[in-house]
Amino acid sequence: MGSLIKVWDIPGGVHPPENKTQSLQLPLGKAPLPPSLTLPLNQHIGKPAKPVVQVGERVLGGQLVAEAEGIFSARVHAPSSGTVSAIEDRLIPHPSGYSAPCVVIELDGKDEWVPLERCEDVNSLSKSDILDKIRAAGIAGLGGAGFPTSVKLNPRADHKIHTLILNGTECEPYITADDILMQTKAEEVVAGSQLLAKLLDFPEKILIGVEDNKPEAIAALEKAAEGTEIQVISFPTKYPSGGEKQLIQILTGEEVPSGQIPASIGVVCQNVGTTVAAYRAVRYGEPLVSRITTLVGEALETQRNVEVLLGTPIEFLLEEHGFNAKKASRLVMGGPMMGFALPDPSVPVIKTTNCILAPTKKELPPPQPAQACIRCGLCAEACPASLLPQQLFWYAQSEDFEKLEAHSLFDCIECGACSYVCPSHIPLVQYYRASKGAIRLHQQEKEKSDRARRRFEFRQERIAKEEAEKAAKREARKKAAEEAKRKLAEQGNDSAPRKSVDPVADALAKAQAKQQSPEVQRAKLERSLEAAKSSLERARQPLEPSEPGVEVTDEQKEKQKARIKQAELKVQEAEKKLQQLTQDAQAPESKPEPEAKSKPDTKAKSDDPVAAAIAKAQAKMNMSPEDKLRSSLESLYKRLSKAEEKAAAAREAGDEKADALQQGVDKLKQKIADTQKELDEQKPSTVAEPSSASRHNDDVASQAIERAKAKAAAMETMSAEDKLRAQIESVKARLEKARERLANAEAEENENVEAFRTGVTKLEDKLQQLTEDR
Amino acid sequence: MLRVTSPHTHSARSTGQLMRLVVFATLPGVVAMTLAFGWGSLFNVALASVSAMVFEAAIMRLRGRPALFYLRDCSALVTGVLLGLALPPYCPWWLVVTGSGVSIILAKQLYGGMGYNPFNPAMVGYVVLLISFPVEMTQWAAPASVLPESQSLVGLAEGLKQIFAGVPVDGYTGATPLDVLKQNSGQTMAGLYNSDPTLQAGMLAGAGWEWVNIGFLLGGLFLLYQRVFTWHAPVAMLTALGLTSALFYSSGSDSLGSPIFHLLSGATMFGAFFILTDPVSSAVSTRGRLVYGALIGILLFVMRGWSNYPDAVAFAVLLANFAAPFIDYYTLPRTYGHQKARRATEKEEH
Repeated sequence: MGSLIKVWDIPGGVHPPENKTQSLQLPLGKAPLPPSLTLPLNQHIGKPAKPVVQVGERVLGGQLVAEAEGIFSARVHAPSSGTVSAIEDRLIPHPSGYSAPCVVIELDGKDEWVPLERCEDVNSLSKSDILDKIRAAGIAGLGGAGFPTSVKLNPRADHKIHTLILNGTECEPYITADDILMQTKAEEVVAGSQLLAKLLDFPEKILIGVEDNKPEAIAALEKAAEGTEIQVISFPTKYPSGGEKQLIQILTGEEVPSGQIPASIGVVCQNVGTTVAAYRAVRYGEPLVSRITTLVGEALETQRNVEVLLGTPIEFLLEEHGFNAKKASRLVMGGPMMGFALPDPSVPVIKTTNCILAPTKKELPPPQPAQACIRCGLCAEACPASLLPQQLFWYAQSEDFEKLEAHSLFDCIECGACSYVCPSHIPLVQYYRASKGAIRLHQQEKEKSDRARRRFEFRQERIAKEEAEKAAKREARKKAAEEAKRKLAEQGNDSAPRKSVDPVADALAKAQAKQQSPEVQRAKLERSLEAAKSSLERARQPLEPSEPGVEVTDEQKEKQKARIKQAELKVQEAEKKLQQLTQDAQAPESKPEPEAKSKPDTKAKSDDPVAAAIAKAQAKMNMSPEDKLRSSLESLYKRLSKAEEKAAAAREAGDEKADALQQGVDKLKQKIADTQKELDEQKPSTVAEPSSASRHNDDVASQAIERAKAKAAAMETMSAEDKLRAQIESVKARLEKARERLANAEAEENENVEAFRTGVTKLEDKLQQLTEDR
Repeated sequence: MLRVTSPHTHSARSTGQLMRLVVFATLPGVVAMTLAFGWGSLFNVALASVSAMVFEAAIMRLRGRPALFYLRDCSALVTGVLLGLALPPYCPWWLVVTGSGVSIILAKQLYGGMGYNPFNPAMVGYVVLLISFPVEMTQWAAPASVLPESQSLVGLAEGLKQIFAGVPVDGYTGATPLDVLKQNSGQTMAGLYNSDPTLQAGMLAGAGWEWVNIGFLLGGLFLLYQRVFTWHAPVAMLTALGLTSALFYSSGSDSLGSPIFHLLSGATMFGAFFILTDPVSSAVSTRGRLVYGALIGILLFVMRGWSNYPDAVAFAVLLANFAAPFIDYYTLPRTYGHQKARRATEKEEH
């Protein structure tokens, strides 16, 4: 059929010896069943699949052995029946020669299969059915990169596809796998193209691009495509015309913008082999378990194309084809331009293995030593991406990453044309690969340090903000204090705090102190609400600056959640209190506290805490010393059990506070022991001197009163100033210690930094208050 | 079993081969020079080549590098040959050796050796000699066709005497056509062509010289055919030279010479195909090489026309070498997938 498509030229390119005839002398063969298959779980771009079989389990051909992990992944199926003998790391075909998880199947030779779901009428299927079938069959790009096919065939909604390109270029020397596929399965290529066209909402143009060095394939395709909307386009042979970007340029004249995918200019490109695999998956329900691979090179007795099961060890294939290891210079998976030397012949055939090249030393001699670059520019002429390879080489040597990026290093497709023509035999592509890796690493490190810098700046900002807030609060407190003082002075001296030696009076004073004016109380509550809010904010912070590329571990997230929860509770509590206070302030008389009523000894019904304290103290006075001790012992036990619980919980959580809590427990125990001793001492004395019991009781009480008096006297002798000073001193000392701890914690990046910080803030507040009081 | 990275195949050409091709391509020019001026140039070429390779080997030894490996790339040989061709025939031997020493040691190895020299080594050597020894450097032999009938080309014995012992040979020198034009006082072009023996004996641009230039042109075309370099720089230079000389052309007494005169005079073709095309010191991209070549063509005409030197290929090339990084900066090619070419200092677009 007449081609209506203009064929464009691409810049650069080279013409290495094609070497395509060797493998086309024999018809397409079929590799025999090997004794075992090794199926790597990651034969595609993306996440490795997850095994769904157990070691020892018998599997049938076509049975799923590994499920795709997410969208960017592809399933793996058993290519024949046998027993899973291992799921472990095996050497995989990768330039780095590393091992990766594989499912190993010992074949039983019966080649029994699971029933396959055929579909007689492909046209009746919906788009999503077709996509599902392709995905279920584990189809990934067979051309080289192994991109999960179902992803590529499901473009974004805003990418309207106008051209579907089937890539039958096969520009690499030696490889003829796609050639023979197009010759033998032209109808399936055409049918597959129509299937893919349906998935892409019938693009205006469906083009099969083939280099003009494959006349038989072109003829077969043209015959198969007769009467369809599919056009077979042939164009002059030149490496690397088969590169996706290059083929798109040849057939459409358009360029895929740097850093974007072909779909962004309305083009989807699929390898012909992938297309056939997708078609067979839909039509016959066949999962991707085999592919056509070219076995070529003078070190092989038989050079041909074979249909081979995925997972077949390459050494098995080589043996079948009369491989002479002594003659071979190297073993290459893929072609001589972009293929990689295999680390070991034991690695298996995978979805992307289009060729195994076993050249002799004469065929592909070892590389010559590199000489100096003379900037001859042959590389720039050969570059299909119009880069300046000699400049890139220059900057790669000096590791000038900025210049490399400015010279568009990342637009290099690593086709190897520049290395091929370099008269100084410089392995240019290798320099670019290494530089790309180095730049990616460098970027990661830069991101890391940027994050650290942002965190630091954020912290500085926050501290400054907090300082400003604190200063404002201090100002407010100062004003409030002055106001209170003024009011107090107005009220006269009656309400001035009396100095009492009486414990009752002491308690009264304390209670009175507690019952501060509503304003002060409100201020206090507001302060605590503020504090709770800011700690909530702090708890939430680390999640906010999180960005792509930064991985927050689940553990961290959990901790964070717990912290946020705690902080939220605190805020709620503070808010509730504040609300309560507001309500109380609004209706102080009309709403007597119900608890007050329940207290037995209170004379008044009022909720006056002063009265309650008086009652408590009086009740204490009325108690016998023994009872008193007992009751305090009881309460101590209660506290001990609570403290122990807390300590245990803290230890379990690995909290740093566990030690402190344990200390508290020890102290409580000591106190209990002391009280017990006192109680024990009391008992004998009561027994020995029953008559004096009451007197003794009186004595104890009076002793306590004495002690309190003495203390009060001592306090009295101290001026109020001195007292405050002493208090301030002690707070200062504590603050000093707390700050030290905080600094240590920050230096170590301790996770309790927040707790320490809150402690310091509280102490600072206290000190501030005390200083103001002075 | 080899474990090397792709590509596994390689085109057959090596740097050494390219350099040998360049040396080979000088042959037509060398033959023309020998026919016109005698064996002096051959001697210069031989002495300069040998001394250049000796200097290269010595420096490589000093740098602790394998001398033979580096000699095999033949870059020193090319420098020697080109310098030898640029020097006047029968000049003193020390002039040749000094020139090749300056070229190899100063202009090439001190900058880091092969591939790192910002200036064309042969031209640096030539310019140092021209400035330091102007008398020796400006005595060019007269072409055979204009010598008086009693006199033949310089013989072997007298030539060697002059080269090694400084015994001067009588009357073998003559003004080159460019000299004649420079020293022209009041003659029209037609008059000049009629009065000057060299121009009179020639067809287009003076006896001998036009053939020398045609010889180098042929060699250059051969290299182009062999794809040793691209056409951009030479064509740009010749075009710029032709256009500027056409623009300023007059046939009167103040004439600066016709385009054909300039294209076939002095070192025009030698410079265009053997000096400009030195990849190391030229601009790198094709667009850059167009600018680079054009710049040399214009500079060459300006200096031939208005400076004190009759020919100026060496100066023009060295000035353009200075400008090459600047030209590179503004002539980066547009990479696949990018809207426009980038400046080297621009950051990543996204």
